[in-house]
Amino acid sequence: MSSLRVFWRGLLDENPVFRLLLGMCPTLAVSTAAVNGLGMGLAATAVLVASNILISLMRPIIPDKIRIPCYIVVIATFVTMVDLLMEAFVPGLHGVLGIFIPLIVVNCIILQRAEAFASKNGVFLSAIDGIGMGLGFTLALIILASVREVLGAGTLFGLTLMPAAFEPMKLMVSPPGAFIGLGLIIGLINYVQNLREVRRRA
Amino acid sequence: MPNLFVIFFGAILINNFVLTRFLGICPFLGVSRKVETAIGMSLAVIFVMTVASLATWTIQTYLLIPFEMLYLRTIAFILVIAVLVQFVEMVMLKVTPTLYQALGVYLPLITTNCAVLGVTLINLNENYTLVESLVHGFAGAVGFGLAIVIFAGIRERLDYAPIPKALEGFPIALIVAGLLSMSFLGFQGLL
Amino acid sequence: MDIKKLAVSSSPHLHSGATVRQAMLLVMLALAPAALFAVFHFGMYVVAILLTGVLAAVLAEVAILHFLKKPLSTVFDGSAALTGLLLAMNVPAGAPLWMVAIGSFLALAIGKHVFGGLGYNPFNPALVGRAILVASWPARMTAWVGPGLVTSATPLALSRAGEALPPYSDLLFGFKAGSIGEVAVLLLFVGGVFLIYKKVIDWKIPFFYIATVALMTWALPARGQVAYFAGDPLFHVLSGGLIFGAFFMATDWVTTPVTKLGRVIMGLGAGLITAVIRLYGGLPEGVTFAILIMNGLTPLIDRYTMGRRFGVR
Repeated sequence: MSSLRVFWRGLLDENPVFRLLLGMCPTLAVSTAAVNGLGMGLAATAVLVASNILISLMRPIIPDKIRIPCYIVVIATFVTMVDLLMEAFVPGLHGVLGIFIPLIVVNCIILQRAEAFASKNGVFLSAIDGIGMGLGFTLALIILASVREVLGAGTLFGLTLMPAAFEPMKLMVSPPGAFIGLGLIIGLINYVQNLREVRRRA
Repeated sequence: MPNLFVIFFGAILINNFVLTRFLGICPFLGVSRKVETAIGMSLAVIFVMTVASLATWTIQTYLLIPFEMLYLRTIAFILVIAVLVQFVEMVMLKVTPTLYQALGVYLPLITTNCAVLGVTLINLNENYTLVESLVHGFAGAVGFGLAIVIFAGIRERLDYAPIPKALEGFPIALIVAGLLSMSFLGFQGLL
Repeated sequence: MDIKKLAVSSSPHLHSGATVRQAMLLVMLALAPAALFAVFHFGMYVVAILLTGVLAAVLAEVAILHFLKKPLSTVFDGSAALTGLLLAMNVPAGAPLWMVAIGSFLALAIGKHVFGGLGYNPFNPALVGRAILVASWPARMTAWVGPGLVTSATPLALSRAGEALPPYSDLLFGFKAGSIGEVAVLLLFVGGVFLIYKKVIDWKIPFFYIATVALMTWALPARGQVAYFAGDPLFHVLSGGLIFGAFFMATDWVTTPVTKLGRVIMGLGAGLITAVIRLYGGLPEGVTFAILIMNGLTPLIDRYTMGRRFGVR
């Protein structure tokens, strides 16, 4: 499979959040503001790429029976590194994202990619897969977070977008808003996909 | 120091792990098609979360802090949880193989259940004592169980509903979760 | 063959649209006295709110059904109009019309049609709409006004603040602040009894709901107080949205248990939660959320109170 195809697949066709339905916990929790979505997405992408590369490199060494715990240790190591780096260089974002930074270690996306791809493919392709999936995750986060931020606070990335007369719909920045927002977005994507399939068959 | 009553009901109603904290969403959406499976999963999670709270608190207090290895926390905790889940799997296979079958791939996935690792991290962030951590871990899991069982009840009924095609599956599940989360808003400020 | 076409849906099991429409009309009739009182008490603006609620709901129903490519016949069964009316009666008398319209639309879209339409919704659509409004614009939804749209505090808010309360007669007849529909308690009660007499709703839910709230607010001390068995149950029964909710919201067929025991449990549960929120919660009013939670529990309640079914293991 060409590397370009691998990249685009992770970003769009098999977007980890909208199509593979993975990584929901951080998606819902962190999407109150677009900048938080971006930060979390990039952090997770860093871990994903690093772990995909290392796991792909370690393919000949890891015994099959204990592969899952091995993957977890690798992922946890990179998560710890990212956690400490963020605490040092972006303490504001680190504080806002809170426990969801260490929780990257249990982000189903990373483990799934390790199991389904990195353990079976070469280093270069695994890295591309990591970048594609990671950016796909980031994209999903930013989309949901933007919707929630614009409707729920009238701003986008902190910039006031809506006119002064707009009264923000606070539901969107609260937990129910996250669930309903994500549900409707996935529904919308499904709807568009269904339309495209109907058209393709016609 | 918040008393145990507040911690207990707080974790179940006010800061419900699934509906408010967004922890444990994957199994919440994945194991909630049937009420019996949801109950079984909840019991497994209650056990794992309570014991994990105990184990991780002990490791943090007697190992990581004295030896100044706090940076190893994430790795240590997740390994403890992985071992615990293996143990639960083995026991379940012996004692209730039907439940083991029913939970399928979702049983080992308790390891990656954000709620388990999440509660251990929250316990420490809040500087809970051992007893408080235990109560919090237990209550958090009970809250998870409450949410997932109620949710399963609704989903079973929705199996007969003519849901618009684009919303079938996860979208409608998320919307129901949102409505449940909204109903729980009533408990805000309760304690 | 699609199993959905063979499966039996949950209640209501009705034979024709006419029966649904009859029931909806009866409910609207039962609400009419309280709605008219609201116009008289708060002012003509209430008419605008009620009309907006109903029209927005009906238009939303038409638009959504059209988008889903479903037949438009169900528009005329009155359920959309009733949802709109209930929603409109649940907002303060000074509410902006855009908010009422959005509430109606969302009540129908998210409360009803995402689930496949009437009969399949797990939660009461009007309450879904109201809860969304409360969560989205909390300041607007608690901007209570009295006659002439002058800002005043509701009896429950006064009670929380420890201030002087209006006399019971005012509470009963409706001379107080509150949402449009909830103030005229006596008229609502009459409407509710009328619906019970016409067998549109079951007496068990309102009875056990109100009784539980009365019992608990009498027996338990409110936050900040210490005395047991010294509460004011009459005050609590006559205040807030309890009568309105107990007769008109908690009795919605689709979202409440079918079994007799189930309905008793629904009343007890809703009463328990309402009382707890009123006594100890952060909000002065708990009816909306109490009923929504019980709606969520209804499938489980039905399941466990169903009893043995012949031929099924």
